[in-house]
Amino acid sequence: MAEKIRVLLAKPGLDGHDRGVKVVAAALRDAGMEVIYTGLRQTPEQIVTAAIQEDVDVVGVSILSGAHMTLFPAIVDLLRQRGGGDKLIFGGGIIPDDDIAALEKAGVSKLFTPGASTVEIIDWVTRAVAAKKNDEKLL
Amino acid sequence: MSLYTEFQGGSEVALSKIISHIENRREGYQEVLSRLYRTGGRMYRIGITGPPGAGKSSLVNRLAGLAAEAGHRVAVICVDPSSPFTGGALLGDRLRMQDIPLDKGVFIRSMGSRGSTGGLAAATSNVTVALDAFGFDTLFIETVGVGQMELDIIDACDTVVVALVPESGDAIQALKAGLMEIADIFAVNKADRAGSDQMVYDLQSAMEMKAVHSEWIVPIVATQATANVNLDELYRHLTAHKAYLEKTGLLAQKRAEQLKKKVERVLVKSIQRDIDRTLLNGAVLDDIVGRIMRGEDDPYSAGQALFRQYKFGS
Ligand SMILES: Nc1nc2c(ncn2[C@@H]2O[C@H](COP(=O)(O)OP(=O)(O)O)[C@@H](O)[C@H]2O)c(=O)[nH]1
Ligand SMILES: [Mg+2]
Repeated sequence: MAEKIRVLLAKPGLDGHDRGVKVVAAALRDAGMEVIYTGLRQTPEQIVTAAIQEDVDVVGVSILSGAHMTLFPAIVDLLRQRGGGDKLIFGGGIIPDDDIAALEKAGVSKLFTPGASTVEIIDWVTRAVAAKKNDEKLL
Repeated sequence: MSLYTEFQGGSEVALSKIISHIENRREGYQEVLSRLYRTGGRMYRIGITGPPGAGKSSLVNRLAGLAAEAGHRVAVICVDPSSPFTGGALLGDRLRMQDIPLDKGVFIRSMGSRGSTGGLAAATSNVTVALDAFGFDTLFIETVGVGQMELDIIDACDTVVVALVPESGDAIQALKAGLMEIADIFAVNKADRAGSDQMVYDLQSAMEMKAVHSEWIVPIVATQATANVNLDELYRHLTAHKAYLEKTGLLAQKRAEQLKKKVERVLVKSIQRDIDRTLLNGAVLDDIVGRIMRGEDDPYSAGQALFRQYKFGS
């Protein structure tokens, strides 16, 4: 039995609906992944705690509120501080190209803009997780 | 440093990764489990089961908070169904547990059922061993809540709470599903809805007809998980049931029974694996089936002959 890819989907900030996240959640599930959705208005603290406790491979963050330049770095930094630096972070939202470059430099692995299809997202997650090397020792 | 060493130093990251090793049966997981088993045994395990939408997650949301406030080190495992077709799962219980004070160190882990049908995942009870060894003293386990007979919980818990809702016919449903037998406490949740009193009454009469095997009278508590009504009452019954099991020696007895079953399962699985590897490899079964279909052999004689061959080598 192949291992399941585990993904946390989170939606920080105060902007309204989570339709987009739910579509992505369903698509990743149908692609055979285990998807943990933590709901709206999550703080970076809550997102990072969930990512660590659930030992996910990937954290997907949706930000529509325009606060991406503060929220993404906050999540990346906190995750690293708390020992979860090996987890990949991807994001989605309306994000200008310059910001995308800056965020990818800051440690966000991949950003999807609103046109992205779920197939692209599934594909990226699958490949990125497969490429991750795992050198931790159990005993 | 190894994960196990970091685990012993109290790293939550290491705990979480060790759980993944156990869940995926990665190389070395049994050795780790062997060590973890020897350092645990103090954690009290509470199971919550019941039909989908009864409010199991919402109840745990409140109960875990009450336990943490009372000074306990609390962990939660919630199991959701995996798709039998894709193996994927949407693990949504955590979404209903937003009031749990994570800053008090409560640890929540979601698991997909991954093909198990007894209400828990195959690895759930092993995961509890890791939580126990890590130092949590109180665990809540939420079952999948879709099956009729989610009985795994009996072997993994000390106290079982059955959550029901005041929908008509639910008491009868509970009777049929064997929930009467496994409940130590009933929570009739969504007491804000019509029919709650009736439901409590129906359960009471059903319980009165049940043969009484113990001094424990199964409490039936009407709760409203979302509005946080009567949850302290439910929590008091949990504490009382724990005290009852401890006082009567039933807790030790129950755990001894569970361990017996566990050892038995390990033994049977080892034998099964050995049989698959030695006796049944290749086309042995195909040959036998051919003979049976030609009327030259039958399943009973063939099975017995295989057993003799396995045990005595002839
Ligand atoms: N009206 C009402 N709704 C509730 C109550 N408790 C939970 N719910 C709601 O019932 C739904 C299912 O709850 P959940 O805890 O996810 O149930 P589970 O499937 O058994 O884990 C959610 O929408 C909850 O908000 C309650 O006491 N009253
Ligand atoms: Mg639930």
